[in-house]
Amino acid sequence: MLRCASLTKTYASGGRPLTVLNDITLEVEPGAFVAIVGPSGSGKTTLLGLLAGLDRPTSGTVHLDGQDLGALDEDRRARLRAEKVGFVFQSFQLIPTLTALENVQVPLELRGESADARAAELLDRVGLGDRGGHYPAQLSGGEQQRVALARAFSSRPRVLFADEPTGNLDAATGATIIDLMAELNRDLATTLVLVTHDLDLAGRARRTLRLAGGRLVADTAA
Amino acid sequence: MKAFGFVLRMAARELRAAPRRLFPLAGSIAIGVAALVAIDSFTDNVRDSVRQQAQALLGADLVISSRRPLTARTEAVLDTIVAGGDRLARVTSFSGMAFVPRTTGTRLVQVEAVDPDYPFYGRIVTEPATAWAGLHTGRHVVVDPSLLTSLGARVGDSLSLGEARFEISGTVVSAPGNTGIRTAFGPKIFIPAGHLAETRLLGFGSRAEYEAFVRLSDTRSAQALADRYRKGLAAERARIRTVSEDQNDLNESLSRLTRYLGLVGIIALLLGGVGVASAVVVFIRQRWETVAVLRCLGGTARLVLAVYAIEAAAMALAGSVIGAAGGLVAQRFLPGLLTGLLPIDVEPRVSWGAAALGVGVGVLIAILFAAIPLLGVRGVPPLAALRRAYESDRPRRLDPWRAAAGLLLAGATVTLAAWQAGSWRQGAVFSGGIAVALLVLWGAAWCLAAAAKRWAPSRWPYVWRQGLANLQRPSNQTATVILAIGLGAFLLGTLLLVQSSLLRTLRITGGPSRPNLVLFDIQSDQLAGVDAMLKSAGLRSTPPVPIVPMRIQSVKGRPAAAILSDTTSGDEGPRGGWAFRREYRSTYRDTLVSSERVVAGTWWSGRGTPGMISIESDVARELGVTVGDSIVWDVQGLPVRSRVASVREVEWARFEPNFFVVFAPGALEGAPQSLVTLTRIEQPADRGAFQRRVAERFPNVTTLDLSSVQETLEGLIARVVLAIRFMAFFTLGTGALVLAGALATSRFQRMREGALLRTLGATRGQLIRVVLAEYLSLGLMASVTAVVLALAAAWALARFLFEGDFSPALLPLAGLVAAVVVLTVAVGLLNSRDVMRRPPLEVLRAE
Repeated sequence: MLRCASLTKTYASGGRPLTVLNDITLEVEPGAFVAIVGPSGSGKTTLLGLLAGLDRPTSGTVHLDGQDLGALDEDRRARLRAEKVGFVFQSFQLIPTLTALENVQVPLELRGESADARAAELLDRVGLGDRGGHYPAQLSGGEQQRVALARAFSSRPRVLFADEPTGNLDAATGATIIDLMAELNRDLATTLVLVTHDLDLAGRARRTLRLAGGRLVADTAA
Repeated sequence: MKAFGFVLRMAARELRAAPRRLFPLAGSIAIGVAALVAIDSFTDNVRDSVRQQAQALLGADLVISSRRPLTARTEAVLDTIVAGGDRLARVTSFSGMAFVPRTTGTRLVQVEAVDPDYPFYGRIVTEPATAWAGLHTGRHVVVDPSLLTSLGARVGDSLSLGEARFEISGTVVSAPGNTGIRTAFGPKIFIPAGHLAETRLLGFGSRAEYEAFVRLSDTRSAQALADRYRKGLAAERARIRTVSEDQNDLNESLSRLTRYLGLVGIIALLLGGVGVASAVVVFIRQRWETVAVLRCLGGTARLVLAVYAIEAAAMALAGSVIGAAGGLVAQRFLPGLLTGLLPIDVEPRVSWGAAALGVGVGVLIAILFAAIPLLGVRGVPPLAALRRAYESDRPRRLDPWRAAAGLLLAGATVTLAAWQAGSWRQGAVFSGGIAVALLVLWGAAWCLAAAAKRWAPSRWPYVWRQGLANLQRPSNQTATVILAIGLGAFLLGTLLLVQSSLLRTLRITGGPSRPNLVLFDIQSDQLAGVDAMLKSAGLRSTPPVPIVPMRIQSVKGRPAAAILSDTTSGDEGPRGGWAFRREYRSTYRDTLVSSERVVAGTWWSGRGTPGMISIESDVARELGVTVGDSIVWDVQGLPVRSRVASVREVEWARFEPNFFVVFAPGALEGAPQSLVTLTRIEQPADRGAFQRRVAERFPNVTTLDLSSVQETLEGLIARVVLAIRFMAFFTLGTGALVLAGALATSRFQRMREGALLRTLGATRGQLIRVVLAEYLSLGLMASVTAVVLALAAAWALARFLFEGDFSPALLPLAGLVAAVVVLTVAVGLLNSRDVMRRPPLEVLRAE
């Protein structure tokens, strides 16, 4: 499903090159549940961004569902994301000017599909069927992240990327979010790649990648 | 198509959720559109009114006029034109002294001696209404109401004019074409042509205009007749005018006025554009993460750009429509502001064309201004959704789309200005001027921020350093604020300077020792008597200046009649040969006076050689003569040869006896001449009494009270300035809105900072001083830059448009700087009142 080879990312920082990701090679099977862990600044989020095609690597290649991301321009990568990728962010990143229901509709609408029924069904599924008309500011953090989950799954993505999905939530709320993600991963056979500090959460994954100083230092299966 | 549906839905949802965020955009453009629609709608109304009233303004289908009694040949042409059922009415106009024996009031008046049929079109409305119809039933006179006021007279009084007496039978309520300018040299009165001769005022040396009004009875085209006879009449020094020519002339001169007002409106629109751009910059910054999320979710750059472009366009449309509605309301005030300047009655009507055009222009300008920051949306990386402080590692390059948007904007501005000014050259000059003003203000803002960064002394108290640091912090609004305040202040400053410079030129006359009463048309044999009257009243007067009326017979050997009837050279110059046709009132003397300056050749020393002349530079250009050329003059039928010895520039704005042509002594002493002398009488009452005594003893001598002329002219200038100021207020309004928008942007950031400072122990007083330091420097920088710009603009206007001296009025400018600084600081403090008032915890939690 996901394959990267010799992935390296270097930023120019204060005039000096700073390598944040160094020669990463890995492969993720369809339907897998992978956690990326490591200390702050180890390159977790950079790796996630590159795997999702949000940025271009300095060198190396990424293949998503057989497509070489390096061969696609920005617009075609965007279309690929619309077709096959879902996201969950640490700070939820709901669009503040849209209602919960409309936020869930966006990915489907971007593909030009009618979205009303499926969006309502997904909101129902994350337990917010009666909150569809509320704006993000009117929802609690846990509720916002549940809306974000519904949005991530609305377009039936092949891969779901999650960046610290429980980072801004308390332990109990975080646990329900993880349950929900695991359930959706199982039911919809979606490949799940998540970055986390939370060792409990990492423990739920079937495979853990550990980064340190921009290098892949451990790759363990549960 | 599906993508388009998404774009529309997305834009609609965003607008629905937070329309307030785009209010500054809509508001900025609304005021500019209002200004444009007001002036364009007014212009349309003026054109409509001119079209409807042109025939009434001329009073006939065609008019033949001359500065001397119509010659036999001119009368022959008139006979040819007037046939069958055509009607003819003659009018003779001249100035004279009106005297009311009952009140002993005297005043210079413009007399129109009219035939019973005049006017054929349009109505002269009188009070009582029967006065006009009854004018010819006796020795009646119908007068301008202002004459009754100034003479203390009433209807029924008798009024002497020259050697005749008339009964005041009514006042003129309205007459086509009456304007303030036309009555500056005296109110108008109408007498029956049949009694004109009894006044004996049309003697030698008096200036009169002889007009023949023709009403055609058939379908012959007045224009065709005019074209056929124009050349022949020109040789006879007579002019022929038609309704459509009159209409064109009037439209031309009125649109010159409305064009300048329109340009002031465009400044408001462009400043609104700056406001739009600044509102969009802020809006995009607020939407940064949403854009990144949309990109993460698979929206292409173009799609996301389209969403925000549609939003901006919708708000621009809303703003423009509101502005157009406001403009249609505002235009109702324009005719009132221009009372006395317009020779027609302007009916304020809604001009849908002007409104539609205003909306279109508003949307276009808003979109072009919005495009430059809006295009930045394409550069938002999807990665920004993951990392808040994401910085692109891609180097900044020139974005060809942004460059294209910039070029389009410049092109649209020039086109808009050219359309409003009526010429590409003026449009380009105007746009260039505004661009320079914007650039200078922008540069000043940049310098201020840079100076705050580099030179804020580290020994200054913390609060001042913090205030100055605010000028150059990330996402500061220094440039927008300085542009918003500066452009309005620049406009006001220029107006102040031009107005005071014009008024000062006028007031030179009003100086304590300058003459304020002119006595002209004194005949040679009356000079001793007039002199005795002056002496017995204890008045000092200038030496009498002789005036000899003359016409041009030939220039450089070519007869004037030949030049005038030769169309190629007869139409030379802006007024079509007026310099060849006019009557010259020349003098002779041996010295230069203070209002003139020799620019070519030399002034004769001592008495000079008889036959040498000095000619005014504009006339010299019109006649195509220079030093050494010969001109033969027709002085009462006798040829007088002359040679140009020098060319002079004359400062006409000063009320002094100035001349197009001055002869060296020796050539004209024997010619028939009248004399002019000037004196000064302090008290208006004494002035009136002296005028009356002169009118009683010498009915043909005209006295002109310069103070009243000056008053009238000052009143007219005040009107024009008022109208321009009315338009300038649109710019000020926009500036205030843009300023408020710019400040509101940083409000939340400021509140957080203020709360932090207060948490750290800052007092209210310290916070106020921080705000004070920041806005004091902003206000000072903006107003001083604006004043420098205004000085440059006013100098250029004085030098190239009004062709006068420029001496800046520094006191009003200092007042302007003070007012702008106080206003800026006040707005700044007002904007920060929440920072002082709300508890720090509440603010810090609000995140």
